[in-house]
Amino acid sequence: MYIFYILLIFMTIAAIIAVETKDLLSSVICIGAIGFGASLMFLFLRAPDIAITQIVVEVLGLIILIRATISRDLTFISGDREFFGVVVSVVIIFVIFLAGIHVFDETLPEFGTPIFTQVPQAASKTYISQGLEKTGAANLVASVILDFRAYDTLGEATVLFTSIIGATVILRRKSRKKLEDNDK
Amino acid sequence: MKGMTIIVKTVSSWVKVLIFLFGIYITLFGHLTPGGGFAGGVIIAASYILLMLAFGRKSAEENLPLPLASKLDCVGALAFATIATLGLALGGSFFVNFLYQQKYLPGKALELISAGTIPLSNIAIGVKVGASLFLVILMLSICCKGKECTFDISDLEED
Repeated sequence: MYIFYILLIFMTIAAIIAVETKDLLSSVICIGAIGFGASLMFLFLRAPDIAITQIVVEVLGLIILIRATISRDLTFISGDREFFGVVVSVVIIFVIFLAGIHVFDETLPEFGTPIFTQVPQAASKTYISQGLEKTGAANLVASVILDFRAYDTLGEATVLFTSIIGATVILRRKSRKKLEDNDK
Repeated sequence: MKGMTIIVKTVSSWVKVLIFLFGIYITLFGHLTPGGGFAGGVIIAASYILLMLAFGRKSAEENLPLPLASKLDCVGALAFATIATLGLALGGSFFVNFLYQQKYLPGKALELISAGTIPLSNIAIGVKVGASLFLVILMLSICCKGKECTFDISDLEED
């Protein structure tokens, strides 16, 4: 259990560095460190599917995306932050955090324990006990995301497809009207 | 961007094949081992992005041209929707695992060919996610170099 606290402290320090640093590239690398810590945490919680996706998307994808797209003369940001605004936002976030601890301390299960140890009628129990015979997939995560809950995967694919269309439309140089004028 | 030094080029020309194979493995064995279509697709896209970083954008575009990538994106999305609709037509409800429920292709559990439509969906999602991530990063890298955008919508259409 101590490994989670070590990882949480590591991720918190990386998040503070990512906010405070002036270099954009090192800030992105700190976000990659946060993703790596989260991936290790998923691995210790025995969720290797999420760990693989996390490390691929957040560490590799983010850093490579920023490295491939950022232009070199824009990597430094300048300017001081307003002291009063920082103090007020930190106090507000701390109050919300304390209220969250007060509310969720009794109801939430302990960190890392699944919900079906407390609730006998939980849906995840059905997936675990009947997943193999109903879908035939040995990996229960695949049987959930592609059979029991395939609508979620369809929605995620739709989101990705729509984002591609939006990127193509926004990032183009000429408008459709100019292209049609050129054709004439 | 003409690419990096000769060391990076040599190493990445070997490593990109291994990354690509690993992405295919993650996608194909998604119903048996951890992973799946999404993670496999991102790994496949990462192999092309490594190519783009090491050899420059032109080389990556020669390996996977923009029209082909956008077509692969559409084919993956269409294949996933087709699998879902075939479940409605053959199995009675949307997204039903018709290959497994109706015993067209039963297969034993823990084998590569098993679990009905789940491996097919994994392949469709892998193709779709890989192509679309490659497209996003290619478009951003085209548009973010310099002040003037050099990307044209007619690049997506065929010559």
